[in-house]
Amino acid sequence: MARNPLGIDDVRARTFPFPARHFTSAADLDRDALAALLDLADGFVALNRQKAKKLDLLKGRTLMNLFFENSTRTQSSFELAGKRLGADVVNMSPRASSMSKGETLIDTAVTLNAMRPDLLVVRHSASGAASLLAQKVGCSVINAGDGQHEHPTQALLDALSMRRAFGQVEGLVVAICGDVLHSRVARSNVLMLQTLGARVRLVGPATLMPVGAERWGVDVFHDLRRGVADVDVVMMLRLQLERMTGALVPSTREYFRFYGLDREKLAHAKPGVRVMHPGPMNRGVEIDSDVADDLGISLIQDQVEMGVAVRMAVLASLAARLDND
Amino acid sequence: MAEARPIAFVGARLVDPASGYDGPGAVITAGGAIAEVVQRPALEGLSPDIELVDCGGAMLAPGLVDIRVKTGEPGAETKETLKSAARAAVAGGVTSIVVQPDTEPVVDEPSVVDFILRRARDLGLSKVYPAGAATKGLAGAEMAEIGLMREAGCLYVTDVDRPIVNSQVMRRAMTYARGFGVPFAHRPADPSLAGRSNANESEFAGRLGLVAGPAIAERIMLERDLALAELTRAKLIVDQLSTADALESLKRAKAKGLDVHATVSINHLSFNELDIGDYRTFYKLVPPLRGEDDRQALIEALASGLIDVVVSAHAPAPAEDKRLPFDEAAPGAVGLETLLPALLSLHHERRAPLVDLIAAVTLKPAQLLGLDAGALKIGAPADLVLCDIGAPVRIDADKLISKSKNSPFDGRSLQGKVMMTLVDGRVVFDART
Repeated sequence: MARNPLGIDDVRARTFPFPARHFTSAADLDRDALAALLDLADGFVALNRQKAKKLDLLKGRTLMNLFFENSTRTQSSFELAGKRLGADVVNMSPRASSMSKGETLIDTAVTLNAMRPDLLVVRHSASGAASLLAQKVGCSVINAGDGQHEHPTQALLDALSMRRAFGQVEGLVVAICGDVLHSRVARSNVLMLQTLGARVRLVGPATLMPVGAERWGVDVFHDLRRGVADVDVVMMLRLQLERMTGALVPSTREYFRFYGLDREKLAHAKPGVRVMHPGPMNRGVEIDSDVADDLGISLIQDQVEMGVAVRMAVLASLAARLDND
Repeated sequence: MAEARPIAFVGARLVDPASGYDGPGAVITAGGAIAEVVQRPALEGLSPDIELVDCGGAMLAPGLVDIRVKTGEPGAETKETLKSAARAAVAGGVTSIVVQPDTEPVVDEPSVVDFILRRARDLGLSKVYPAGAATKGLAGAEMAEIGLMREAGCLYVTDVDRPIVNSQVMRRAMTYARGFGVPFAHRPADPSLAGRSNANESEFAGRLGLVAGPAIAERIMLERDLALAELTRAKLIVDQLSTADALESLKRAKAKGLDVHATVSINHLSFNELDIGDYRTFYKLVPPLRGEDDRQALIEALASGLIDVVVSAHAPAPAEDKRLPFDEAAPGAVGLETLLPALLSLHHERRAPLVDLIAAVTLKPAQLLGLDAGALKIGAPADLVLCDIGAPVRIDADKLISKSKNSPFDGRSLQGKVMMTLVDGRVVFDART
């Protein structure tokens, strides 16, 4: 959707203090705060498309990326977001395997806290790690993925991609498909999409569906064709290949046959359906390249672009709160 | 140790599970034993050299017998020593504890049993009895020296938190233990279902993204254990039941007349999975906290007598093992000092008669293990607790005597203040001063 290019002053005017000191869950934001944050992110999208991208909203602030799990795209997205806002960015990737994991997290938290960062972006393999860290440090903590729990900035960038593609998120029917059980992306998206007034479906084999998911206020499907019938958005989840060896699903080819998204299955969705994927994709496992690369359908590249913008919005907003404290 | 002075407790509310009496009374101790029990508040013609304690209506009951206590000794003394556990015990009115064999080294041969008994003997606090491992190194493969450990003084055998998966090993160990008259405790959980789970599989755990195992893992293993108890005629102690489903199995086995007994931890009577809240690791337990329906069923099973014994499941874990992400944190909770007030909650909520609740932590565990304890009768050891059951107490973990402070009751208000604890007639804890 075309929007007028925004100036730096417009973005500055849209910046508001984040409602909480930390951003660890998609549930931290109510509908109004989400709308304001998405408006702000929209501004950053426009700005990022200009030649002069750099701002000084975070000048003097230190952003630390603390990634216990490997991540190329989320980490570089936060790094870029921080740098474009003028923050000093430090990347740390402690190797969880070389030490006792628990000691690493808590010891690192204490050490990092002593270096007085302002914003700490953390990814860790344990659910609840970000919220634990938030209790131990004096700075703002942003959850960039904690175990199987949440990945709220992913949900935010997904919401922005949808809002830009459809004009609004309210009233959309969104099918989240694949390995819901292990997916933090799914959990954050369910919370945020529901806050924004979308209807959410979860689609996947019964072994990859969390117990009690039908009580999350969603509709659960085990048949992809029925699950995507008449939906506006199909959000595919990444299937960890190590989970494909017969324990939870019998084989890659069986998975693709029933749950891989191709044009034939997608034809059951609403005309104008858009396809999303948090990346990185397993082509030919959960999604057919033919679908993934069709720019008339796929929002996957937009998602990456929106990622930088929403992270800028989150950082700017959290920093505005720090300024007020 | 000095011979205990005679004491006369007058004006008490006597609660004696052995006789079923709950009413006014008085007790005299002398020579380490109970010398007199009367069912009226006052005593006449007391000799002046007897110390007089006016109980003021507080409950005088047999000291508690807690048959599932972990310490860190030997091997992890920073968590808890036998001494710190025994001090915590008497502060909680617990006069006998059975310590678990999952120490370093494992209690799987008589010299370690002997070590614990010798260390405990000189403490002069609560009585300490060891439980032995059922299999060597708790590995679930080869039988431990059950006979020799029995001879050395171990009260029962158990592999503690590790279920014995191999049914043949289980069968033989149960059969062998029966031959020596040794009760066999086992926590039922099918490990292939329970996996490395840290939480109860439920909508709640699913939302939190916790690694969770289904409640049914307990019943599946319990059904096997009960069938083996039938086959071997062993005395089986079902350790820490946590699910409503498993209670049905237990009920059928008891109706068949099997020598089967069950415990529940005070934590599973007091909390449900929602207490985990925002990943609070003090509520990470083995077995995990279950749903509210399960908790209610456990309370009803205790009240009906289907569950025999309540344990503290005292499991000290220092802060560094608890202040971790939930999936990585050590499980377990300390409980010796909160067992009695937490149990009294069920009395205050009128869920069960006081005398029945007290029986589950005194007479019943004593009978189960053949201990001379749990009854207010003349000639029995004077192991007693005096407790003001209405007095409010606010649990402050930092003030606990245990070396580890991992109490899920931290910050909670309970009722029931332990005033005095006696072991063999000696005052080992006195809150009155």
